[in-house]
Amino acid sequence: METNASDHPGGFAFPDSLRACLKALAGAFVPEAEGCSPAQWAVLEGVLGQALAARPARLRRQVLLLIRVLDLLALVRYGRRLPALAAERRLVFLEGLSRAPVLLVRRGIWGLRTLVMMGWYTQPEVRETMGYRATAAGWEGRR
Amino acid sequence: MSRYDVIIVGSGAGGGTAAQALAPLVAQGRRVLVLEQGPRFRDGDFNGRELEMARELYEGEGGFLTREGTLTLAFGRGYGGSTIVYTGTSLIAPERVIRGWDVPGLAWGDLEPRCRRYMAENNVHLLPPEAINDNNRLFREGCEKAGFRAEPFPLNLKGCKGSSLCNLGCPNAAKMGTHRVQLPSAERQGVEVVTRAEVQSLGERSLRVRVGERTGLGLDSEWAPGLYELQADLVVLAGGSIGSSALLLRSDLPGLPRGVGRRFTCHPAHILVGEHPRPITNDVGHPKSYFMDRAAQEGYLLETCMYFPFTTAKNLTGFGPAHSALMHAFPRLQQILVLACDKAVPGNRITVDRLGRPVVHYRFTPAVVRSMVAATRAAARIFFAAGALRVHAPSADPPLLEAAQAGDLDALIHERHFQTGRISVSAAHLMGGAGMGRDEGDSVTDARGRVHGRPWLRVADSSLFPDSLQINPYLTIMALADRVAEGVLQDLGALAGRSAG
Repeated sequence: METNASDHPGGFAFPDSLRACLKALAGAFVPEAEGCSPAQWAVLEGVLGQALAARPARLRRQVLLLIRVLDLLALVRYGRRLPALAAERRLVFLEGLSRAPVLLVRRGIWGLRTLVMMGWYTQPEVRETMGYRATAAGWEGRR
Repeated sequence: MSRYDVIIVGSGAGGGTAAQALAPLVAQGRRVLVLEQGPRFRDGDFNGRELEMARELYEGEGGFLTREGTLTLAFGRGYGGSTIVYTGTSLIAPERVIRGWDVPGLAWGDLEPRCRRYMAENNVHLLPPEAINDNNRLFREGCEKAGFRAEPFPLNLKGCKGSSLCNLGCPNAAKMGTHRVQLPSAERQGVEVVTRAEVQSLGERSLRVRVGERTGLGLDSEWAPGLYELQADLVVLAGGSIGSSALLLRSDLPGLPRGVGRRFTCHPAHILVGEHPRPITNDVGHPKSYFMDRAAQEGYLLETCMYFPFTTAKNLTGFGPAHSALMHAFPRLQQILVLACDKAVPGNRITVDRLGRPVVHYRFTPAVVRSMVAATRAAARIFFAAGALRVHAPSADPPLLEAAQAGDLDALIHERHFQTGRISVSAAHLMGGAGMGRDEGDSVTDARGRVHGRPWLRVADSSLFPDSLQINPYLTIMALADRVAEGVLQDLGALAGRSAG
């Protein structure tokens, strides 16, 4: 069975107040994550939590701050918080930021999308759905 | 305090080679010790799970970020160092590169036969045609149709089953890294290897080492967890470009050459993906069978590759439905790795933070961006020539190019789209930081890895490269480590006498 972060009590837990924002962001980065099962979401959040737990506290604070700032930016720009934005608008908003002239902003978006992708594309069912079939058996497993 | 004749720090291509070459000292009554920061893995530990293996085998889970946050560096840790996680590519350095380094006392004619010796020892050979998968075959065919020349990679394999999981550690024990060949040979001859042993500081012929408890996969350390003070007549640093440089920088050695940490290069790379109309064999078979060398002409290399789902997702530019659609085309994807042959420049270097941890500073020079863009255009041509319907090119905007646009690649793939922080760039060929050269004014060591002004201190890894190698580095590291070990054998008697006196 794939190791996942929810197996590790040492993982970093996202504050409840940010969970809706995190889900909205995850759905923009990986559309399938939007309607994923509670079990899949728990794995995704657990992987993120474990990845963040392994990094310096300063970086964890920066990630949480970035999520809050994105939520507020959406409110200022569109009059709605991030979770309330339509999927297309959320995507346009984040794509715009990913091309921002300021490196720090681009890095922030890149970092968040990479974390979400780590939580999603390392899930065994997701890899199966994609048709990824590598195993130790190699050629023997295909013949 | 324990005393050794020789202590080697690191067990990868450099440390493992040095350990084997110095093993005959044990029969002469000398004590040789290898300290490895990572664990000793069991064969069954290599389970192919991307996330778990990244955490266990790579520093920073394979995502060690530079200070600027625009480049991730991948380097392995464990018994065998990065030779656990490389694909086994074994190329001899181009003569023009070694000549261009202009290191007095270092000649290509001396390195080449050493490389050939290690090629034989590691069972390096070309794959038979039936072992080449579609991902690699399409690269070769695409190169032929586009007017390029693909060359086969010599690989150090024995009993390869084609799992395609090389970068997560071979699950079939088929990759002849130092963990399979040189280190076991050294241990059979009496060299001690201690894993989970992190060298915290380096003093005058002394090391402070912390042996850690077992966490995650791998065996317990050979020594009980705790702090150790060790002494040696001679110390060989082989912790890799970043590890060796960081150790020197946090050491208690006054007056080290000012070049420590400088001249860092890394062959910055990103992957391109081509989508074919039908499924191809890509996640089975050796992933890296061919390359195309344009280093001398345009400063880049193309190599076949096939990464795992998350690594692939991370390396594609952008996100959302277009990104997801490409990921779900995985069975139809062909991948090419684009590598720029960067040059050592001031500012690209390794430093340490206040806790002594490595910090890598790296900025993309205009020449590197030009090379990556030229390489991306060439790779896109190869994909389309091989029959791809569309190509994902990081330095195009939008990154997805359709076959109908194949005639317009020069305009679509452009330096203005190479936007750091948006596109993913990574590197696994980490070089420099303790470069060879003439004297303290231009380098850290001489051509035998002797640190200037400290004959008891040697370097035997890719830190020695005074500039990028412009090709996959492992065989060259082994050849240089072999030369360093030769120097140690010559000098040890005199050094031991000096130390005792």
